[in-house]
Order: sequence, then C-alpha cells, then structure tokens
Amino acid sequence: MSQEQTRVFPARYESLTAIDQFIVDAAERAGFAYCTVYQVQLAVDEACSNIIEHAYGGEDRGIIECTHRIQGGDLTIVLRDYGQPFDPAAVPEPNINADLEERAEGGLGLYLIYQIMDEVTFDFDSQAGNVLTLVKRKEDIC
Amino acid sequence: METTTREFKRCVVVEASGRIDSATAPELAAVFDELTEEGKCNLVFDMGGVDFISSAGLRVLINTQKTCQRLNRGRLVLANVPGPIYEAFDLAGFVALFDFYDGQVEAVGSF
Repeated sequence: MSQEQTRVFPARYESLTAIDQFIVDAAERAGFAYCTVYQVQLAVDEACSNIIEHAYGGEDRGIIECTHRIQGGDLTIVLRDYGQPFDPAAVPEPNINADLEERAEGGLGLYLIYQIMDEVTFDFDSQAGNVLTLVKRKEDIC
Repeated sequence: METTTREFKRCVVVEASGRIDSATAPELAAVFDELTEEGKCNLVFDMGGVDFISSAGLRVLINTQKTCQRLNRGRLVLANVPGPIYEAFDLAGFVALFDFYDGQVEAVGSF
C-alpha cells in the first residue's frame, strides 16, 4: 500500500519552510530516524533552492509541485518545475578536500543531493516540465 | 532565523536560532560582514539553537572563515553544533575547515 500527497508552492525562498514541513511530515510518517529525516530535509531544500535560483533564474517566476510517496518503507519525493532545463552532468563536482581559499562557491547543493539520496533522476520535458525524482530507502542509517 | 551578538574581550559570539536557508542566509552574512568590516575577526558561532542549515548557510560560514583567516586576522570557530548538522558539515567536507567546541565557554576560551 502506498500513500501519496501533492502540494504546490510558489517558487520563492520563503516557501522553503513550508516545503520543509511537508517533507518532515512524510519522512517521520515513513518511520525514518531523526538524522535521516534531517538529511532528506537538506536534500529537498537544496533541490528547491536550485529550482528557484537556476531553473527560474530568481524568485516568483513559477511554481514548485512537490509530491511525496511512501511505499514499502521507502520515501520518494518528486519535484516538478516549469523553468529552464539543465544538464546535471555539466555541474562540476566541488573538491571537498580543497584548502579553504580554493573552496568554490557553487555545486555544493547538487553534490549533497547525490550524497544523501539513494536515487536521483532528472527528466526534462518541454510540456511536462522538469521533474526531479529523489528516493530515500528506510534501511539507510546515517 | 534570529541572531544575537555578544562582545567579549578577545572575541565576539554570534548565537543563531531557527532555519538558515536561502531565505535567511543573507541576514547571517550581513551580521558577519558587519563584524569583519569592523576588524572583529575572532568569532564564535554558537549553533545550539539552529534547526537547519543549507549550503547557502555553509557558504556564509566559508566566506566568513576566508575573510577572518586572510592576513591572519583571526578565525571563526563553531560551538554547540547539533549532531545532524555536524553530519552535513562532514558530507560537505567542512569539518577540516573549522574548529568545533562542545560548549560556548570552551569556544570563547580558545581565543
């Protein structure tokens, strides 16, 4: 049996708190440990911040449609936007061992998403929008 | 997010509470920028009340650390970092870039 819920948020930074609450409720209902809930919060916040900043190029230029699905103990989160598509492979991976002065500004959000989530899938479609699917498995202990 | 700032003889303590995300990170940056522009570069950031920090907040801490350590003017140290946030620092490779203290008193005493 699966439980699914969808909500639509205006694509602005103020929405991040409400999106966070929506995700925390799902992750807690899925029975995730406290530290895993936090990691999922972080991954989703990074993804939504990237949508606002990069897909829409700023605040209040569209929506973020957020769906969560709990199935077999796994949590799937689907984020849809109608902004610009991008090539995740073109985002350089940050060097997390670099000295302080060499630390780059960008790419950290995407890196954290890949580190935290078990599955990360980007789909880009001019009609259906940009769809990011994130999966976290319950057996993961952080 | 809310912040309070307290000046000690050898350092300044910034306490924050709530969420530090893309919406609130600029406010935190403004607090640290004002201090470093006044030449106050020995800084303790007490994160005991912080519920959440995203990469937008981590960037503020990195930029502040760069400013403080440039010309050996000082350093930013972290106190009372909650467990899940420490894990995120570790994932981002930030643990080596900051000194961590279990309490504010220890952090202040390090200066």
